[in-house]
Amino acid sequence: MPKTKIRAVAATGNLSTGFREESLVRAVEQGASFVGCDAGTTDSGPYYLGSGKPRGPREGVKRNLRLVLREALKAGIPVIVGSAGHAGGRPHLEWTLEIVRELAREHDWHFKLAAIDSEIDKDVLADAFNRGEITPLSPAPPLDDRAIRHAERFVAMMGIEPIQQALTAGAQVVIGGRCSDLAIYAALPVLREIPKSVAFHAGKILECGAASAAQRLYPDCMVAELDQDGFTVEPPNPAIRCTPQSVAAHALYENADPYRLVESGGDLDTTDAKYEAVGESAVRVTGSRFTPSNKYTVRIEGATLVGYRSIVIAGIRDPLVLRQLDTFLSTLRLVIERKVSDSMKLPADAYSLNFRVYGRNGTLGDLEQVSEAGHEVGLIIDVVAATQSVAADIIPIASHTGLHHPIPEHEGLISNLAYPFSPGGIDAGPVYSFCINHVWELTEPCKPFATKMEVL
Amino acid sequence: MRELWQFTKLIRSKNAGPFELTFDIMFKSREGFNDVLKSEALTPKAIARLYRVDVKQVKFFVVEQLLTIKISIPRRVFSGDVGDTDIYGGQFHSPLVRLPVKD
Repeated sequence: MPKTKIRAVAATGNLSTGFREESLVRAVEQGASFVGCDAGTTDSGPYYLGSGKPRGPREGVKRNLRLVLREALKAGIPVIVGSAGHAGGRPHLEWTLEIVRELAREHDWHFKLAAIDSEIDKDVLADAFNRGEITPLSPAPPLDDRAIRHAERFVAMMGIEPIQQALTAGAQVVIGGRCSDLAIYAALPVLREIPKSVAFHAGKILECGAASAAQRLYPDCMVAELDQDGFTVEPPNPAIRCTPQSVAAHALYENADPYRLVESGGDLDTTDAKYEAVGESAVRVTGSRFTPSNKYTVRIEGATLVGYRSIVIAGIRDPLVLRQLDTFLSTLRLVIERKVSDSMKLPADAYSLNFRVYGRNGTLGDLEQVSEAGHEVGLIIDVVAATQSVAADIIPIASHTGLHHPIPEHEGLISNLAYPFSPGGIDAGPVYSFCINHVWELTEPCKPFATKMEVL
Repeated sequence: MRELWQFTKLIRSKNAGPFELTFDIMFKSREGFNDVLKSEALTPKAIARLYRVDVKQVKFFVVEQLLTIKISIPRRVFSGDVGDTDIYGGQFHSPLVRLPVKD
């Protein structure tokens, strides 16, 4: 039985948010086997994947990468970044690689860089779909050959294997496209014979950086020491503590199931996991299980362009308007639709017109049960149309109609909406939707993930 | 009659991916945890009614070790779709905060 201990350092929960420099320096000085960092999520919606735009700030990502690379190169250990540029598509990966190359030039750093591409070309995905290799999770948007070809971009979420392949090929810095958060931290330990049950569970605890602490004062680093029987997690920053409760509770965060995490290659089951305090701020975790799956699948993410959005924001304060707001808005809608039809020859089903009423049900929509209204509401008139110019043209029609839309209690021309800005209309750009919640069955875990090696 | 927040130290919701919402309801004491479970204020049926989903789609977990009730449901509007009101799913827990709990 190998006696290997692996010390995994999570720089922070998201590469764009940062960490304390002294925490990272300390974590690496205490003896680290590698530094990992997650750089992405689908949490902020489909825009980044659809548009190909990374989520910055670029300077922040560069600062964080500079410190991670500096400390890791000094210690001679690997760096593993997953879900580059927020969405992990090809442009997001390229954006991150450009920052890495820039840093290497500026600091005269030399290392072997691996870039793992996780973007899946539409033809490749459509072929896989037509061969029956793509199956839906629940719930899933409807998917067919046409929907695949109509989409903007797809990524597959890599498991540990492509990262392990890059490390085995001698890469010191691995920048991955879309990647399982856990795989970032499980790849190297599993390569060095740490059991998957330990490696994946440690990965789950590390993936949000200091979020598993009792009180996360600010985004920061987290360290786990992994062995054959379990792992010990401890913040390198002495101002932050982990407790058995905080670490166990973090296993719940953002998972649909508190005990079972489905990963590429198998399931992590934490039903019988034990969390015990070690000293003041560390927690020892043992007892989780990993059950390999019969089929190897990777999750696919994709985004489709659905239109372009323009909005206008207004306040309504007149109590007479507020007491009949539903009627006011439903009759206003009819007048706007008629005017758009008359002046732009657009039927009502050619665009979406949504009144978002903050102060009434702006947050919960039709799930709102509270009916008492306040003394004012905020209204967002939200238009999504086929092009930006069509959406932008509907906005002045909607806002001017709304401004003077009558109520019976006031005779003569009235102005019912308070617009805080001139111009009122704001173009919010392209709107995407997540168009796939499916998995792809692979015969070889690395196959869709092309890796390029580069010597800097 | 008390309200759910009086028994808890945390009530939160969040996306579990773009297609599901998950709720973590963490209790201050075992006594309060047991009281709420016994009151049947929080059941799969109650969640199905509040969030307008089929009761069969409600995943409901009682996590004894953490004095936590965890619930996951499908999103009726997927994160970021044109009509979505909460991209991160961070405010969907709000109807639970003042949920009446019978003594």
